[in-house]
Amino acid sequence: MLRRKLVSSLFVGFCGAAVILALIPLAMILFFVVSQGIRALNVDFFTHMPTPVGEPGGGMANSIVGTLILTALGSLMAIPIGVLSGVYMSEYAGTRFASAIRFAADTLNGVPSIVIGVFTYGIAVLPFKQFSALAGGIALGIMMIPIIARTTEELLLLVPGTMREGALALGATRARAVFTVVLPAAAPGIVTGIVLALARIAGETAPLLFTSFNNRFFSTNVTQPISSLTVQVFTYAISPYEDWHRQAWAGALVLVGIVFVCSLLARFATRKMSGFTRS
Amino acid sequence: MLLTATLSPTVSVAADAKATHAEPPKIDVSHVNFYYGAHRVLHDISLQIQPNQVTAFIGPSGCGKSTFLRSLNRMNDIVPGARVEGRVLVDGADIYAPSVDVVALRRKVGMVFQKSNPFPKSIFENVAYGLRINRMTGSKDELRGRVEASLKSAALWDEVKDRLHASALALSGGQQQRLCIARALAIEPEILLMDEPASALDPIATQRIEELIYQLKSRYTIVIVTHNMQQAARVSDTTAFFWLGKLVEYGRTDRIFTAPTEKLTEDYVTGRFG
Ligand SMILES: Nc1ncnc2c1ncn2[C@@H]1O[C@H](COP(=O)(O)OP(=O)(O)OP(=O)(O)O)[C@@H](O)[C@H]1O
Ligand SMILES: [Mg+2]
Repeated sequence: MLRRKLVSSLFVGFCGAAVILALIPLAMILFFVVSQGIRALNVDFFTHMPTPVGEPGGGMANSIVGTLILTALGSLMAIPIGVLSGVYMSEYAGTRFASAIRFAADTLNGVPSIVIGVFTYGIAVLPFKQFSALAGGIALGIMMIPIIARTTEELLLLVPGTMREGALALGATRARAVFTVVLPAAAPGIVTGIVLALARIAGETAPLLFTSFNNRFFSTNVTQPISSLTVQVFTYAISPYEDWHRQAWAGALVLVGIVFVCSLLARFATRKMSGFTRS
Repeated sequence: MLLTATLSPTVSVAADAKATHAEPPKIDVSHVNFYYGAHRVLHDISLQIQPNQVTAFIGPSGCGKSTFLRSLNRMNDIVPGARVEGRVLVDGADIYAPSVDVVALRRKVGMVFQKSNPFPKSIFENVAYGLRINRMTGSKDELRGRVEASLKSAALWDEVKDRLHASALALSGGQQQRLCIARALAIEPEILLMDEPASALDPIATQRIEELIYQLKSRYTIVIVTHNMQQAARVSDTTAFFWLGKLVEYGRTDRIFTAPTEKLTEDYVTGRFG
């Protein structure tokens, strides 16, 4: 009896220690980024352009807008493709082709992002001899597709079959039932998956180095190179200048903030989903 | 030819049911066998259902009532491994013929499921769904009118009229069941298959559903599965008693309940069934 209690509390103790160990890196990252980044973070940082070396102040307005444009381009490409492949995988779950797509998606998900960057360089930069926001969007989109496809598939499979039967019994075709009942039933969860995919790719540097590259100027032209927070932070961080290091920390803080907001949005959407599955 | 000795009473009873109605049957089932994979669930079912009649399917749990009901609008098509043998005619046309438009069939043969399955949409959108996808209403007002009429028919309107745009999933179990009835009624099928439509309802709501069935009889052909003997006796004109996947007896309800020819039927309807 006593022994059992002892073993049990030991076990709980180990689990607790593991949780703390897991949280330490997160806490330290947040601490460093916030404490270092906050020094250079002010309104100017969001509204001003970078200044030349030696000139203090300035901001990353171009990079912030660039990151938003790049993630938007990626989403534009990845959401339709990802959601539709997810629908295919769940609708034809037993077939060999569906298993092949699932395997391909999982493999693509594991491909290092630098490889995706090089690949996109080959298909979207070299032919036009031009770095562009579009190429960056394609690289990010390629990374988002498997995440969105797999989330969509899994969530669709969770929708009770009786829902689909209800639609079919009212004279819906299979496609109609999927797009008007099954998919909407899973939509809040799919949105969560999309937002998490966004959070994941917003912090990518490697796929952008060979695609959207960087731009010292403010640009919204998708056929031109575009700045992004990650590449800008990278450039500044490896520079020898103290000013630029401070700016890099501030940029990192903004990135963490974006990811944090995405996670919050995802939580919010998930809560909405659980309200829907009540029966 | 496939008929066995145990099934012969069925045939004579079906004949007696037919003799009282001159019209051709709305549904004509002959020699239907049903399999889930290798598991045979229905054994050589033959029966005819007359138009504008209420037919009750009774029998112990697991005897195949739902399976049989679902084979009348081909809802079993989507169950992997399910297979039907035999012939099912609706208005004289074979519904399992290759040329059949299953979507049109299901519009004509509506269904209320055993487990209520409202869509995760608003109450209004649940009822409007069938009307929308079948493009059955021209204007918004017409749509609203049809939704209201259907909810009234299903005895739900008074409870939900102030929250039509709230989620249907927030309704109680019994309310969800009536919502599913309203949803099926909205598209005005010719035949309505109801699988235990009153299983989660209180006596008052049950009574309203039974009244509804009585009213609908003039316009629809209704098949209802029920475990409630009184309900079967109250609402139906003909009753079919299933047992272990076989149709044991089929005939006029009053006769099934007062003078069944089969010992099994008698034991079941009098509650002496073990
Ligand atoms: N999808 C399925 N796959 C395999 N077997 C099934 C399936 N659905 C039903 N069965 C089996 O078929 C038989 C008949 O089931 P059915 O649901 O038709 O019975 P029922 O008469 O409607 O019972 P209840 O009164 O409990 O609803 C049962 O033995 C059941 O286990
Ligand atoms: Mg059943």
